[in-house]
Amino acid sequence: MAEDYTKQIHRCFNCGYCKFDSTYSEFNCPSYVRFRFDTYSTSGRLWLINAWLRGEVQWDEHLGEILYTCVTCRNCAEQCIMRFSNDLVDWIIAARRDMMEKEQGKIPQRVGSFLEEIYRIGNPLKARMPRGEWADGVPGYSKGAEYLLYVGCLGSFDGKAREMAKSIATLLGLAGVSFGVLGDDEGCCGNEVRTLGEQTLFELLANNNIQQFRELGVRKVIAISPHSYHAMKNLYPALGADFEVLHYTQLLEQLVRDGQLKTRDTQAKVAYHDPCYLGRYNGIYDTPRQVLRGVPGLELVEMPRERQDAFCCGGGSGNFAMDLLEGSRDSPNRVRVREAYESGAAVLAVACPSCLTMLTSAVESEGLDDKLVVSDIGQILKQALVT
Amino acid sequence: MADISSALTEIVGKGYVSQQAQERYFYSQDPGLMQPHEPDYVVLPASADEVQRVVKLANEQKIPVVPRGGGLSLTGLAIPQRGGILVDMRRMDRILEVNERARYAVVEGGTSEGRIIAYLERHHPTLRHSIPDAPPQATLVGNAAIHGQGRLAQQYGFTSDMVTGLEVVLPTGELCKIGSCSMSPYWFSKGPPLPDMSGLFLGWIGTSGIITKIGFKLYPRKKLRDVETFVTDLPDLIPDIVFKLTHLEMVEDINIWFQPLPLMFKGNHHMDIYLTGDTDEELEFKRRMVWNALSEYIEAKDGGFMWLMPDVKPTFMEMPQKSIARFADVRKGGGFQYAGPIILVEKYPDCARKTEELGSKYKLGYSVMARMIGRGHCMMFGFAFTFNRANSDEMDRVRKALDEAIEFSLEHGGLPWKPTVDEQRAAMDMMDPNTLKLFGKLRKALDPNGIMNPGNWEVS
Ligand SMILES: Cc1cc2nc3c(=O)[nH]c(=O)nc-3n(C[C@H](O)[C@H](O)[C@H](O)COP(=O)(O)OP(=O)(O)OC[C@H]3O[C@@H](n4cnc5c(N)ncnc54)[C@H](O)[C@@H]3O)c2cc1C
Ligand code: SF4
Ligand code: SF4
Repeated sequence: MAEDYTKQIHRCFNCGYCKFDSTYSEFNCPSYVRFRFDTYSTSGRLWLINAWLRGEVQWDEHLGEILYTCVTCRNCAEQCIMRFSNDLVDWIIAARRDMMEKEQGKIPQRVGSFLEEIYRIGNPLKARMPRGEWADGVPGYSKGAEYLLYVGCLGSFDGKAREMAKSIATLLGLAGVSFGVLGDDEGCCGNEVRTLGEQTLFELLANNNIQQFRELGVRKVIAISPHSYHAMKNLYPALGADFEVLHYTQLLEQLVRDGQLKTRDTQAKVAYHDPCYLGRYNGIYDTPRQVLRGVPGLELVEMPRERQDAFCCGGGSGNFAMDLLEGSRDSPNRVRVREAYESGAAVLAVACPSCLTMLTSAVESEGLDDKLVVSDIGQILKQALVT
Repeated sequence: MADISSALTEIVGKGYVSQQAQERYFYSQDPGLMQPHEPDYVVLPASADEVQRVVKLANEQKIPVVPRGGGLSLTGLAIPQRGGILVDMRRMDRILEVNERARYAVVEGGTSEGRIIAYLERHHPTLRHSIPDAPPQATLVGNAAIHGQGRLAQQYGFTSDMVTGLEVVLPTGELCKIGSCSMSPYWFSKGPPLPDMSGLFLGWIGTSGIITKIGFKLYPRKKLRDVETFVTDLPDLIPDIVFKLTHLEMVEDINIWFQPLPLMFKGNHHMDIYLTGDTDEELEFKRRMVWNALSEYIEAKDGGFMWLMPDVKPTFMEMPQKSIARFADVRKGGGFQYAGPIILVEKYPDCARKTEELGSKYKLGYSVMARMIGRGHCMMFGFAFTFNRANSDEMDRVRKALDEAIEFSLEHGGLPWKPTVDEQRAAMDMMDPNTLKLFGKLRKALDPNGIMNPGNWEVS
């Protein structure tokens, strides 16, 4: 792929369709919105990468920052009007990989430490506690269980995301699903590592997981993070994986439909934020909404930018931890919570631990603490449950 | 230099000034074929006040200032020929007012066409503006600053004809209002009945000031819109057909295209005739009028209406029409450029033949796209050639073809539209000497230090 991108990248016309949502109402590339120099847009990156390949621009910290503030949200791939649109984000990732090699490992400091932490301690959050600590009372995976619940690094270590993992585990338990978690034995899924251009480390992590799952006889995985869902479902098979992968909202939707989870009347105005890795990457837009619609009394409102047009929270490609886009009113997570608030919602529902973390912190920065609550679909469902 | 950088930071805030190699590289060019030239600084102002302060600083320091919108002119008009401060206007993108009854809107100077399209669609669905086929990040001011033409050009003229007022930072730093807004709260006229000074800024490609607000006319948006495509292999008939169609005063937009690929298009001139109506009856009536007007050509078997397959039609109905930008990738090369003189419609056959000739002479992929302006008053004739960015030889051949195309159109009485620096010189060489003298005096009076987009329209 890395070689291929060098022969294609000059094809970007720099027309800028990729900056928008499909209606052109807003700029929809999170890093362009944050920085507003064209260099931080898709075409800016592609033209700079091309210039670097031709020796017209040299690597420096600033080029690194421009490259790594792409959060791989795929809005550009959705909106680019050219035949190569589908490959755009892969080109950026390939260039990161290529630069890492050709520039002898020069990468922005925050990216370096993100990768190092994963390599050294298995998570990018600098967390030193046991990975399975969150899972107190949650069944461990044992051979024969139908599902493995995979919670990922955020689900294991981040406060909010741990609550999310816990809620999902509780719901599965209440619905009588046969499942278990790996706890201390779980490893990073590697999706962010891959998008940051560290393909070797990604393959190492993925192969470890595949081997471990195989040894345990895992046939079905429920991923709480759309990022892990994407990696395991779409990228692991090329490395030999043959298990089924579900996002947790897919299973919840089934359980609600089958009457295994029943909810009571819950008056709330809820906006749903489509995570990039569930929506644009995997085309799953309706399932999470169906779960929410299944709660009686809950009013689902749509933000102006939804589904294919959803505005990313800015957490992708490791930015939930590195947060290279922080520090401004125009940081994407802050823009997004304002949009949610303006849509009249009191609850912003998410289906991704990265979104949960990013948007929760934005609510605080925007001073919306008592006006807007960010909550994962599992938590919403759990609160509405008839027990 | 460090002083200028910190002065600029003081004005627009940290994070909105760059002297870095990457921004200088990117803003040194546009998607076309002009020679790049780097700015020394790129700034992103958020208000007219900030723009004023930047311009005042530039005057003190005698350094160039170049405003830029979407940077999509393709002819390098926002390339800072002499370096200096590149002002990317797009943080100033608020829609300030829509006066529904008086059918005008006022927006900030960096507002994209895309945002205006979406805003009107959502909040004022009975109104529209003249949308060019430039990608949606093009700004309305950028379009007016080059006398662009949009979907309503056949009915109402150039985008600049539709302007209803301006707020401009003059080259000396004063903020100035032009038109009714200079003495009234309303932005309904760019000049009349006052002396019309808008002409000092419209079409001046950023050489006479920085437009920070623009008022522009909105027009009725009918509920229905459709297209009929008339095809003929006889280019000599086109001026006559346009005359008949424009006489009807019933069609919205008339675009003519002609290209050798895919093969089924070869040799045929396609006239896209757009119709609008509030009811099926209205649309049908107009359609019938169009068919009647062209029946003689159909009977003589000189042309006919093409049936547009349902999956193709949406491409024709898009605004902006994405297929224009897609031309850049027909040969997987990422580039195209067109010479687009404004010229009489009667020159269509000669221009079309010239495009074919240039295509085969320079072995280039070509396409003709012509848009009618006014009721047959003139047209923008686009001699378009595609190129591969990774093939410098092909890029050179396109440059040569474009030069020849412009030379040809000037010889045929045309005017260069959004002219490159070289084309500006050629135009000035041909201009009446007293006109040129007046032009020079105005420039000097407005911009005594010569800081505004220097290199462009420089009267020696
Ligand atoms: C695929 C494609 C299709 C196109 N189709 C059309 C079409 O149908 N009709 C048409 O008219 N054009 C068309 N264009 C040409 C061009 O893109 C448009 O005219 C566009 O509107 C220019 O706007 P911009 O914001 O990109 O201007 P820019 O290129 O940024 O600027 C144009 C000029 O205006 C000056 N300028 C910019 N902002 C200001 C300001 N605030 N104050 C003063 N001066 C300023 C700049 O210095 C420059 O000289 C097309 C281009 C492409 C690539
Ligand atoms: S990525 Fe596609 S849409 Fe974006 S500028 Fe390049 S060609 Fe245009
Ligand atoms: S993937 Fe998202 S952040 Fe990256 S360039 Fe595309 S739109 Fe911008």
